[in-house]
Amino acid sequence: MLIIRCPICGDRPELEFRYGGEAHVARPAATEALDDQQVADRLYMRSNPKGLTVERWRHVHGCGRFFNAVRDTVSDFFVTTYKAGEPRPDLDALKKEAVR
Amino acid sequence: MADVALKEPALRRSVFEGLPLASRAAAACALEPLPPATRLSVRGRPGVAEAAAGALGFPLPTDVCRAAEAGGRAALWLGPDEWLVIAPEAEAATLPAALETALAGVPHAVVDISHRNVALAVSGPAAAYVLNHGCPLDLSLSAFPVGMATRTILGKVEVVLWRTGPDSFRLECWRTFAEWVVAFLNEARREFD
Amino acid sequence: MSAPFRLPKGGRIDRQKPVRFTFDGVAYPGFEGDTLASALIASGVHLMGRSFKYHRPRGFLTAGPDEPNALVGVGATQDRYTPNLRAPVVELHDGLVAESQNRWPSLRFDAGAVNDLFSRFLPAGFYYKTFMWPKSFWKTVYEPKIRAMAGLGKAPTAPDADRYTQVYAHVDVLVVGAGPAGLAAALAAAESGRRVMLADEQPEVGGSLLHDVTATIEGRPAAAWVAETLAALKARGVQVLTRTTAFGYYPHNMLGLLERVTDHLANPDPKLPRERLWQVRAGEVVLATGAIERPLVFPENDRPGILLADAARAYANRWAASVGKRVVIATACDSAYRTALDLKAHGIDVAVVADMRPNPDGALVQAARAAGIRIEAGTAVTGTRGRLRVKAAHLGRLDGRGGAHAPEPVACDALLMCGGWTPTVHLFSQSRGKLRFDDALQAYVPSVSVEKERSAGACNGVFDLAAVLADGFAAGESAAKASRTRAPAARAFAVEGSDSTAGGHLGAVPHSRSPSAVKAFVDFQNDVTAKDLKLATREGLRSIEHVKRYTTTGMATDQGKTSNMNALGIVSDAIKSPIPQIGLTTFRAPYTPVTFGSFAGASRGDLFDPVRKTPSHAFAVERGAPFENVGQWKRAWWYPRAGEDQHAAVRREVKAMRSSVGMFDASTLGKIEVVGPDAAKFMELLYTNAWAKLGVGRCRYGVMLREDGFVMDDGVIGRLAADRFHVTTTTGGAPRVLNHMEDYLQTEFPHLDVWLTSVTEQWAVIAVQGPKARDVIAPLVDGIDLSPEAFPHMSVAEGRVCGVPARLFRVSFTGELGFEINVPADYGAAVWQAVFEAGQPYGITPYGTEAMHVARAEKGYIIVGQETDGTATPDDVGLSWAVGKAKPDFVGKRALARPSMAVADRKQLVGLLTEDPATVLEEGAQIVAEPDYHVPARMIGHVTSSYESPTLDRSIALAMVKGGRARIGETIHIPMPDRVIAAKVVEPVFYDHEGARLNG
Repeated sequence: MLIIRCPICGDRPELEFRYGGEAHVARPAATEALDDQQVADRLYMRSNPKGLTVERWRHVHGCGRFFNAVRDTVSDFFVTTYKAGEPRPDLDALKKEAVR
Repeated sequence: MADVALKEPALRRSVFEGLPLASRAAAACALEPLPPATRLSVRGRPGVAEAAAGALGFPLPTDVCRAAEAGGRAALWLGPDEWLVIAPEAEAATLPAALETALAGVPHAVVDISHRNVALAVSGPAAAYVLNHGCPLDLSLSAFPVGMATRTILGKVEVVLWRTGPDSFRLECWRTFAEWVVAFLNEARREFD
Repeated sequence: MSAPFRLPKGGRIDRQKPVRFTFDGVAYPGFEGDTLASALIASGVHLMGRSFKYHRPRGFLTAGPDEPNALVGVGATQDRYTPNLRAPVVELHDGLVAESQNRWPSLRFDAGAVNDLFSRFLPAGFYYKTFMWPKSFWKTVYEPKIRAMAGLGKAPTAPDADRYTQVYAHVDVLVVGAGPAGLAAALAAAESGRRVMLADEQPEVGGSLLHDVTATIEGRPAAAWVAETLAALKARGVQVLTRTTAFGYYPHNMLGLLERVTDHLANPDPKLPRERLWQVRAGEVVLATGAIERPLVFPENDRPGILLADAARAYANRWAASVGKRVVIATACDSAYRTALDLKAHGIDVAVVADMRPNPDGALVQAARAAGIRIEAGTAVTGTRGRLRVKAAHLGRLDGRGGAHAPEPVACDALLMCGGWTPTVHLFSQSRGKLRFDDALQAYVPSVSVEKERSAGACNGVFDLAAVLADGFAAGESAAKASRTRAPAARAFAVEGSDSTAGGHLGAVPHSRSPSAVKAFVDFQNDVTAKDLKLATREGLRSIEHVKRYTTTGMATDQGKTSNMNALGIVSDAIKSPIPQIGLTTFRAPYTPVTFGSFAGASRGDLFDPVRKTPSHAFAVERGAPFENVGQWKRAWWYPRAGEDQHAAVRREVKAMRSSVGMFDASTLGKIEVVGPDAAKFMELLYTNAWAKLGVGRCRYGVMLREDGFVMDDGVIGRLAADRFHVTTTTGGAPRVLNHMEDYLQTEFPHLDVWLTSVTEQWAVIAVQGPKARDVIAPLVDGIDLSPEAFPHMSVAEGRVCGVPARLFRVSFTGELGFEINVPADYGAAVWQAVFEAGQPYGITPYGTEAMHVARAEKGYIIVGQETDGTATPDDVGLSWAVGKAKPDFVGKRALARPSMAVADRKQLVGLLTEDPATVLEEGAQIVAEPDYHVPARMIGHVTSSYESPTLDRSIALAMVKGGRARIGETIHIPMPDRVIAAKVVEPVFYDHEGARLNG
C-alpha cells in the first residue's frame, strides 16, 4: 500500500484515496467552439505514457479534496502532488531531478 | 389504534439498540454508544471559521485535522471548507438557525446530519490497537495526538475518528454501518475477552 | 516408548514435558520444544513423503522453512486441517496429528512411483510437448488427469474453524530476523529510543546461535548472550514477535508479517486468533534474514537420510536428535567441518568428510583432522544407495577433467552435504532493491536499495560472527538515524569460536556416470534434475526466466530457496556464460506460504461486507419478507401472506396499491443536499433540466449525464429554499453521483458558492402511494396543507409528521397519487409503524421492490442501469423533454451534439406486447426483426424489463430497439432456445397514458 501525500492533509495511506483519471484534460464545454474531433479527443483520448504521468486523485476518505499528482508509471511511485487548479509541473525538470 | 399513534410523538430508536456492546474485553477496549446529538455539516468560504464563533462560542478550527470544543459543543475540521459540528441534542432546532444568522455575511452551507451519523466511544489501553485492525493510520500519540480528528476508514467503512484522550476516541460512522462497525470491533477486541 | 535417535543430553527441548503425536497414524514421543521433524528424526523416521513428479521417497533436507521435501498435512479434523506444512517448522504439541502427502495407497508403497521408472519419458517441458494434440483432449482427458496427479496436499473439506485477525502497525524501525545480526540491530535501534519491532519466524529468537554450542559472545556462550540481549530489548520496549514471518515487502516500507499465534498449542484459548496478519509500516527496515545452505547436486542426492550438513548440526545441538548413527559428509565449504566436529562430540560416527576442494585448509579443517576425522580431499559423491533410506555413499576422486574416478562405497545411514551458503535476499529483492553478484562469495548480495532499508549479516554476505554482529549493530544505528549510509558500528562484539563459511560450489557435481541414467536433483520440490536444466539449454533457452518456466525449477512453494543458485550454476556451465549474464529470477511474496485465512481476516460471514438495513427492516423480517440485495442494502422484495408465492404476493401488492393504498420503504434512495447561494447555477450545470425558475416548494424530475452525453443517473429534486435543493438519486448510484458532483464542483466550477452533503442516511423515507394515500397520511401531518391545490403533484414542504420534523414530497414512482414522507432516521421505524396503523382502515398494503418495479414498468418509468447501460442518451430513453436545450451549457451538452448521438437507428426505448399475453419475455433477451432469421442474426435490440402486469392482466416489457420509435406498430421477434416469440412494438407506457391518476 502506497503512501500518498495529500496536498492538504499530508502523507496518508493509499486506501483513503481514489484515482480520478488523467489530469489537465479540459472538459468540452458547450460554450466553446470545438469541432467534433476535438470533442472526441477530450472525451476519449488519453496519453498513457511510460514514465511520468499526471493524474487526478481524490482524498475521498479524508479531506475529500481532488488534487493532482505526478506519478511514474514505471516505478509506480508518486513524484509529487499539488492542489487542483495549480499549474502542471515541468515534467522534464522532474525527470532530471529523479535521475539525480 | 391510529389515534394513539397520532398523538404520541414518534419514538427515537437508536441503531445501537440490541447490539452486543458489553464485553469482558472492555477493560482493554470499551465500546459505548454516545447519546443522540445535534450534528451539522458546516461548509463555507474563508471567513466562515471566525464567523461561526458567533453561534458556537468559539471559531471553527482551521488547523488541518484538528477538533475544537467548548461548552458542550465541538467542531471537527474534516476538510479545508468542511467541519462537523457536534452539539447537544436539545440544540437541534436552535443551533442551525443561530449558525445561519452568524454566517450570513459569508457564503456557506449548514446541513443537518444529526441522524446520518452515529457515534461510539472507543476507549481503553488497547483502543488504538483495536482500531488499527481496520484503520490504516498511525494511531500513536505522536502521530495522532489528542485533539486530532479526521475522516478515514475502518475496514470497509468510512468513519470520522477523533482522539478525545490518550486512550479514548470518538468514532462516527453513517448509521447503517454501525452494526458492522460494532461487530468488527468486537471481533478485533475478542482476544482481550 | 523411547526415541532411539534422541541424544542423551543437550538441546533446547524440555525433557520434563513429554508430548505424544501421530504421523500417518503411528504414535511417536517427543518433547516440548521439538518440531515435528526433530521428534521424527529422534525416532529414526526419515521417510516423509513422495516427490511431486516421480513419487520418489523423500526425507528431510533442512531444519527450517526452506524445506522442500517434508511437507505434511496437520490437523485432526477437517475444519482445522492445513496441508503442505513444512515439518521442520511445525512445532510439536500434545495430540498433534500429521500425515504424509502425495502418496497412494501408502507412504512406503506408492503407486505413483511408476513415474520414476518411466522418467525417461517425462523430460522437462513434457507437458508442453505431449499434451498439445488433439486439442479437444486437453479439457476432457489431459487436464483432469494431470490435475489429479499434480498438486501436493489436499485442501480441507470443512470450513475453517479458526479465526484470523489483521492489524496495522507503525514502527520507526522494523528488524526482520532475530539471529545475531538482527539482535544486534535491534539493540542499536532500541538505544535510540525509537519504536522498534523485531520479528522472527522461529519460536525463539537467536537464529543460528540457537544451535551454536561453541561460539562465545562477550565471553558468554551464544545462547546466554541471546537470552540477555532479549531481556535488554524487552526492557527497552522493543516489540519482539516470534513465530512471525515477514513474508512480503510492499511499497513504501509496508511489510506483511504473519504471526502464528496458536498452532503450537495443544489447547489454544478460543479467544485468540490462530494467526495474526501484521501490516507493518516501518520508517526504516533492517533485513537480517540470514543465509540458506545449498545442497550438492550429485546423482541420487534425494534419498531419505540425505540432509544439509548444518541442518543435521541443528537437529543434534538444538533438538538433541541424531540424524543417524554413521554419517558421511560431502562438502565444498568449511562450515560442514563444524557439523563433523559437533556430531562427533555427540558421539555420532563421522565416517568420512569428502571435500570437493583439492586442498581444504583452515582452522576448522585442521580441528577436524586433529579430532581424528577422516578427510578425503578432491572427492565428491557420485552416487548413493538405499531406497527408503540412504545406505551408502559412493565417493569418487575428482579427475580434474569434469569427471570422477571409480567410486568407493561407504556405508552410512545419513549423508550430509554442504555446497556453501546463499544469502537470503528474498525480501530485499521483493522491495525492488538491485542485487549484484559477488565473485568472491559466488553469491548475489544486496546492492542498491529502493526502499528505506538495509541488509545486515549473512543476507548481506557477511558470515564471520563478529563481523555479523558489528554489521547488524551498524545497520540498527543507521536505521535509527534514518541514515542512507552506514557508519562503522559504534560497538564491537568480542567473539570467540566463530566458524568459517569459506568455500562452496554452484552447479552440478562432476561424475563419470551416464548422464541419461542418473538423477541429480536441483529442485527437490518440483523434481527438477541437472539433466532437465541441461536439456532446456540444449533446446535453446538462455534466459533463466525461460529455463525456470520450461523446467519449473524454483517454481514450487519453496520458491527455489535451496535450488536457485545451483540451477544458475548448471545453466552457466552449460551455455558457458557467467552467472551475472544469465540473470536471476524475480523473488515474489510470500517468502513462505501464507494461509488464505490470514488474508481473509475478518472478511467472512457477517463481516464479509456491511449489510445496510432500512428502518422497516424488522417489520419486514417479522412478515417473512425475502430481501433483495441492492448494493449493500437489504430491501424487502415482497411481503408474502400465508400460502402466497412471489407471483401471488406481487400481484396482490400492485393491485392493492392501485386500488387503495400501499406503503414502501424508499429510504435507500440516495439523497444529496445542495446548498449555497449558487445552488441553482450548479444544478443547471450538473443536470440537463432547467432549475433557475423552479419555485421553492416544487419538485422536478432531473436527468444527469456524464460528460460523454450518456445518462448517468436520475431522480426527483425538490427546491426547499432559493439556495437549497434536496436531490434524490438511484439507490446504487448515490456515492457515484456525489463523487461526480464533487468532481465538477471542485475542479471545473470551483467559483460557485455551493456545497454538497450526503443526507441519504439522515432521512428515513416512507412512500405512501395509491388513491387513498392522502387519506392515510393526513391525520399524521402537521403544518402542511395537503389539498391538491395547495400541494399538487411534484410539491415538497417542510412540516411535522407524527410530531417530528419532516420533509414531505408529493411524488410518485407508481403513477398513483403518492407521497414520500422523509423523517429523521431514528424516527423511521416509529413513523413507518404509525403510517401502517393509520392505513389500516384502507387496507394499506406494504409492498416490496418487485411490486415497485412492476408498477413503474406499467407506467414506462425507466430505471437507470436497467433500461440504460451507459450508452443511452436522454433521447434514446424518451427523456428529451427533460433536456434544457436553451441552456448554454451543462455536463454532457456538447457531447450530445455529436452526429452519432442523433442517428436514426440508435436503440430507443419502446414497449413490447407479446402476441400471447401469457408469455413473459426474459430480461436481456435479444431481438431480431424477422422470425426466420439466420445465424449470425442481426440483433436489433434487447429486452430491458419484463413482467406480468397485474393491472393489465397480461405480460408487458420494455426494450431498447434500433430505430424503435419508428417501429411502433410493427411485430418483432425474440428468439429463445425452443421457439421464437413474436411481440408488437408499442409506446412504452402501458397504463394511464394521460397521468390523470397522479393528480388525484
